Amino acid sequence: MTVHDGGAAVRTLVVRCPDWPVVAAGVPLDEPAAVFFANRVVACSPAARREGVVVGLRRRESQARCPELVVLEHDPARDTRAFEPVAVALEQLTPRLELHTPGTCAFSTRGPSRYFGGDDALARRARALARDALQARAVVHVGVADGPFAATLAAGDGVTVIAPGATPAFLAPFPIDALDRPELVDVVRRLGLRTLGEFAALPADDVLARFGNDGALAHRLARGLDERPLATRPPSPELAVETELDPPVERVETAAFVGRSLAGALVDRLWARGHVCVRLLIVAETEHNERLERLWRLDQGGTPGVIADRVRWQLDGWLDGTAAHRPSAGITLLRLVPDELAPAAGRQLGFWGGAAGADERVVRALARLEGLLGPTAVAVPEWRGGRGPGEQVQLVPAGAVDLTDERPSARPGWRTEPWPGRLAAPSPATVAPRPVEVQVLDERGETVTVSGRGFVSAPPATIAVGTGAPLRVEAWAGPWPVDERWWDDAGRRRHARFQVVTADGVARLVTVERGRWWLSAIYD
Amino acid sequence: MRSGATAESLATLREVAARARPVALAREQVLPVLEPLHTLFPEGLRRGTTIGVDGSTSLALAVVAGASGAGSWVATVGVSSLGLAAAAELGVDLARLVVVAEPPSSSWGTVVATLVDAFDAVIVRMRRPPRVTDARRLTARARERGAVMVVLGPWSDAPDVSLSIARAEWFGIGDGHGHLQARKIVVEAGGRRAAARARHAELWLPAAGGGVAAVEPLAEVREFRSA
Repeated sequence: MTVHDGGAAVRTLVVRCPDWPVVAAGVPLDEPAAVFFANRVVACSPAARREGVVVGLRRRESQARCPELVVLEHDPARDTRAFEPVAVALEQLTPRLELHTPGTCAFSTRGPSRYFGGDDALARRARALARDALQARAVVHVGVADGPFAATLAAGDGVTVIAPGATPAFLAPFPIDALDRPELVDVVRRLGLRTLGEFAALPADDVLARFGNDGALAHRLARGLDERPLATRPPSPELAVETELDPPVERVETAAFVGRSLAGALVDRLWARGHVCVRLLIVAETEHNERLERLWRLDQGGTPGVIADRVRWQLDGWLDGTAAHRPSAGITLLRLVPDELAPAAGRQLGFWGGAAGADERVVRALARLEGLLGPTAVAVPEWRGGRGPGEQVQLVPAGAVDLTDERPSARPGWRTEPWPGRLAAPSPATVAPRPVEVQVLDERGETVTVSGRGFVSAPPATIAVGTGAPLRVEAWAGPWPVDERWWDDAGRRRHARFQVVTADGVARLVTVERGRWWLSAIYD
Repeated sequence: MRSGATAESLATLREVAARARPVALAREQVLPVLEPLHTLFPEGLRRGTTIGVDGSTSLALAVVAGASGAGSWVATVGVSSLGLAAAAELGVDLARLVVVAEPPSSSWGTVVATLVDAFDAVIVRMRRPPRVTDARRLTARARERGAVMVVLGPWSDAPDVSLSIARAEWFGIGDGHGHLQARKIVVEAGGRRAAARARHAELWLPAAGGGVAAVEPLAEVREFRSA
């Protein structure tokens, strides 16, 4: 064994409930159902799979394949909440239970296995506990192998225990896709390597040289080693961050908000020392001195967004959980403890190109600002349809989208529907957040009116914004009547738009509605 | 042998010089600008500068559009009324634009400093000019981090480059007919240090269909004389 290999993988037991988001939504698995995020399937029930629904399919396509499909919203908080009883049940076996994703959790078998009489007995006991906790609502698979990656693959059918040392042989026949790194898998497959065994046979140094850090990690996994060499010492306790909550917090949203700024502080603190957190302990203490804690594994290294999400899901699991496990009082202290660290390698550009370094910095800065100003104060644009100057592109909170990913909705070609009556380009560079009343007068000093048939009473001569002095109109065009939602009595809107250029060279977009004039945008 | 040894040490010296060459070249210290703005920024936007733009939101957007199109992240803060469609038409990549609402005055400095740390270009608008010391602290931060700060509206310190629109004329709109199509402007640029020399440029901003274009000098008018 060379120095690079570090230690062998930690013997790990993984409990996995397949199709967990469907189960968590309360739909029986023999009913065709699918969970959607951003219009694509993220999970589906076996019944839906039989009808041809697969992960990644568009909503319309999946409904075409399976018309009776139950459509469910993606809600990781709900998934975590529903999984909490399983986690609580498994804590009878070990205090060091760690959640990977809602629906999958793992623990090291070293201690418990000896106590409960071997890996086989332990695995069977874990499965029984999980099934009892779920009252047989879900399928539970348990796998034991060297390292969490192999154990997760082993947890595919009832109870599977891979003998110590047999993990590389067990992994070898799996297809390369099991690595769950699409770009890497794509390149490796084009190089002619189709199974984990073939990939594992490459020399480790060459993989590192060609595919960078991430490629080297994947290679370690394929060889049945731990993703990272074991940390030789536990992180020093002063790296933990905590906040006391006074008054005690009972609502998830409030606590999650605090969690978000804590996550930012933690990541900043670790970055300053060149670390990222790969396993996080979330601790909450209540007024009645109850102490709740849960370990989370953060596979890709915790960014503030990832950590904040885990904290929110976990708080949701605790505070909105079933009455049996709910704490009896509000939370008075929230603490994030980095349980395992890895060197922050930065995101080196891989062989296939990839995300620019700026994204990471940007995401961290935005998380910080969200903590400072609130989640709605930081927004990113998205193309929507619309006729008005501010309707074509609208802002969505930055926390609601994944900025490190490609965002097709921010590209101009995203919306293709025609919007008759839309303003022609160029668009105004300043759009009034809410319309400001203006006075538009003709030569005789009377307000200009527009008839129902679109006739203008007289050419506008002056325009006065708010209480400002009237400005001479040099050129004008209009009216462009807009009749929106004529089928809906309550929401119907009829107005007419004008473009007006005043003597100072400023062009404005004004709107007349029911005899009153409003400034809606400025071409500045 | 002596001359041979000298030649060898010279070769070594040359190799060392090549290795010790600065890694960041001067052109990496600038962000690209749109082609029509080259008369105003002949060598691109120098990182770390503060640019004051007098009033015109579209001009501020046009200044950062080149960098945005080339992959830089752009943030705006306090520009609550930003016309996002216009930004896209001018060449700003909306996938890398972040809009931050106007922060309360107490956290102003922190917010802008955080943005300057992470973004290549930040468009800032304040209702009231900040205190001179605060403004200087922010410009120093931007210089240190290599971000371009574009200040719209009041600012209490002299920016490195200041742009203003000297003349503007709209085309395409008449007395009750047509619609706004394009605006011809004359931009004047002045500033400190490297930018001290006054420049001006004639631009279509927005040009027909949105975007920026240089105003081509009129082709020589040929005189026709009757024979």
